[in-house]
Amino acid sequence: MSEVATQLSSVVAPATFVVPRHSVGESPQLLATKLKKNYRKGPVEVPVLRGVSLAVRQGEFLAVVGQSGCGKTTLLHLLGTLDVPDQGEIQFEGRRIDNISSAARDALRNRCFGMIFQFYHLLPEMTTLENVLAPLMIMHGVCSYWRQRRQFQSLATELLAMVGLEHRLKHRPRELSGGEMQRAAIARSLIARPSLLLADEPTGNLDQESGREIIKILRGLNEQRRLTIVMVTHDPAIAASADRTVRLVDGRVA
Amino acid sequence: MYKLVLCWRYLCTRYIAFASIISVMLGVATMIIVNSVMAGFSNEMQGRIRGIICDVVFESGTLEGMRDPDSHMEQIKKIAGDEIDGMTPICVVPAMLSYQWRGTWVTNQVQVIGIDEKTQGRVSDFAKYLQHPANRQEMTFDLKDGYDIYDHLAEGPTREREEMRRAGWENRRRMAQELALQVKALKEATAAPPGMSTTVPPPEPFAQRPPTDPFRRQPVEQVKQFDPAKEQNTGVVIGIAMSKFSKADGEEHFRVLPGEDVQLTFPTAGAPPKAVSDKFTIVDFYESKMLEYDSMFVFMPIKELQRLRGMIDPSTGVGYVNAIEIKLRPGADGNAVRDKLKAAFPAGFYRVETWRDKQGALLAAVQMETTILNILLFFIIAVAGFGILAIFYMIVVEKTRDIGILKSLGASGRGVMGIFLTYGLSLGLVGSGVGLVLGLTFVHYINPIADGLGWLMGRPLFNPEIYYLYRIPTIVFPETAAWIVAGALCIAMLASVLPAFRAARLHPVEALRYE
Repeated sequence: MSEVATQLSSVVAPATFVVPRHSVGESPQLLATKLKKNYRKGPVEVPVLRGVSLAVRQGEFLAVVGQSGCGKTTLLHLLGTLDVPDQGEIQFEGRRIDNISSAARDALRNRCFGMIFQFYHLLPEMTTLENVLAPLMIMHGVCSYWRQRRQFQSLATELLAMVGLEHRLKHRPRELSGGEMQRAAIARSLIARPSLLLADEPTGNLDQESGREIIKILRGLNEQRRLTIVMVTHDPAIAASADRTVRLVDGRVA
Repeated sequence: MYKLVLCWRYLCTRYIAFASIISVMLGVATMIIVNSVMAGFSNEMQGRIRGIICDVVFESGTLEGMRDPDSHMEQIKKIAGDEIDGMTPICVVPAMLSYQWRGTWVTNQVQVIGIDEKTQGRVSDFAKYLQHPANRQEMTFDLKDGYDIYDHLAEGPTREREEMRRAGWENRRRMAQELALQVKALKEATAAPPGMSTTVPPPEPFAQRPPTDPFRRQPVEQVKQFDPAKEQNTGVVIGIAMSKFSKADGEEHFRVLPGEDVQLTFPTAGAPPKAVSDKFTIVDFYESKMLEYDSMFVFMPIKELQRLRGMIDPSTGVGYVNAIEIKLRPGADGNAVRDKLKAAFPAGFYRVETWRDKQGALLAAVQMETTILNILLFFIIAVAGFGILAIFYMIVVEKTRDIGILKSLGASGRGVMGIFLTYGLSLGLVGSGVGLVLGLTFVHYINPIADGLGWLMGRPLFNPEIYYLYRIPTIVFPETAAWIVAGALCIAMLASVLPAFRAARLHPVEALRYE
């Protein structure tokens, strides 16, 4: 794993969205303050988040738990810049990211954040290897990618080997099991050397055994790479493997 | 990079997109085929018109013509001599051509053109369209033997014109023998007692030529007896369509052949005009493959026409002509020469026109036809464009979650738009590329294909009797093909803009939640 991380740091280009990667000490890597988010259903506005504040330290493994509909996934989308809050602010490594341009948010998701979803969200047209390479394909232009393709492929292969999928490189997602797809998604989330991993119910669609394997991988990443992980789950048993748990109730931190 | 990869994968896996490719392909192929055939026809037609009509025609404003063509030609030479390659005077007069066929008189309305056979070849391809090889080399109005029995202008094998074997002196001698027999029968009938013979001979086609020249003061007793078996009247070349007809089996037959006599009636010059008529011997057929000309033109020696119409001044011997045909040097500007001549000669008395001016209506009609056809055919590609739009919209809906995934991985809206625009461009490229190859291949093999379809349908698809062409002419202009392909690409791109824009605007969260 450390070998992979070393290679990653030398190959993956630095982000255009410049986020200072200084040692933050006590200051949180990710800070959400009084986040509010409403969804509009026709003429009715449904409040989902009612002022959530959250701080995540560098290298922390945080679990966000709560009942279905309490706003866990919405919070994760806001933290991952997939959506913008109606009120409140989010800071990542000391810089505000909730009001930045769309292009900067795209760059942030591509280079600084890794995301894992409950339904794996692999691209069905691509092989497992290509799915893992997708963030690098997005990051690099045709010429740049083509020049470095062998290094990228070697990195992706090593990441897939790390999650136990070295024998599934050329397989399409439909040919993989749920656990294998989630492991491929984890490999994809790591390829761009993110400093924050956002996991939305990563075991929600898996059997117990597969779920345990996924949590083991995440735990390993957190411990060995000091990768900050924010994991959303409704399962207290899964949440127990995190360093800290935050409970959301009715759009507020309980 | 991901745009290309996904675009390629969508091309390989979304077979519904092949429907768009096929419609673009068919549209492009059809446009290339139609444009090539239209260009071929247009070129063939212009070539024939150019072969018949010279570059510039300098015409008299009246039917009486202009006096002293030599001095006019001198003046023209002074004005635009550097650009002129050759000139020849002509006389043009409307006339009636009559001949006997199977006991009845056939009369055609024609245009008699008096030409100088020595100089006519310098200004047009007149000689090229004659049926006797010697006349094609050096035109004369003398009757000969050995006329072509095959269409010498045909590019491929053609049916033999069996009746042309006896054209010429052989035909004339045979006609003279028949005439002699008829005369003999008539004499016997008139010598026999009344009621003994009921045979009424047909009118005599080879009657002795009357002395129509008022200036030839030859004593009647010195006029040599005319022998139709050994002598000919003044020679004329008639358009082949006046004589030729085809039976149901496609075999060509002729009502009259070279060697036979015809009667021409035309007005004299001067006021009021009077009708003059004389017998002439057909010495050749003119076949330009333009029905309008082949059924109208009769060529005869200009001197004889001038004499018969009274267009020669008896005191000076100077003749009148209707027009002077001008051939320009290669690269010379016909319009400039026309304008110079127009400026130099009084407009009321003279008319100066280029060959394009003379055939302006026909050329404009062909151009208009081509334009309208192109517009109509372009609608095929436009329909293909709507097909692409519908299919793309469907694909965008189908791929909503994938779009969400891409955006969650950091793909920009512009990047997602690029996937679908590249996809549209790829469909256009593949469709128009295949269409281009298909169109060019079809154009290359258009005649075998037409023959094959004709064989399947049991009748020729392209009847030379109608079109006067043995093969379908085609010309592929590279710039036209390039424009068609570029147009198809543009339509494919434009059709993919709306779905691509929708894909780009999709909210990542909503896209990820899409079921």
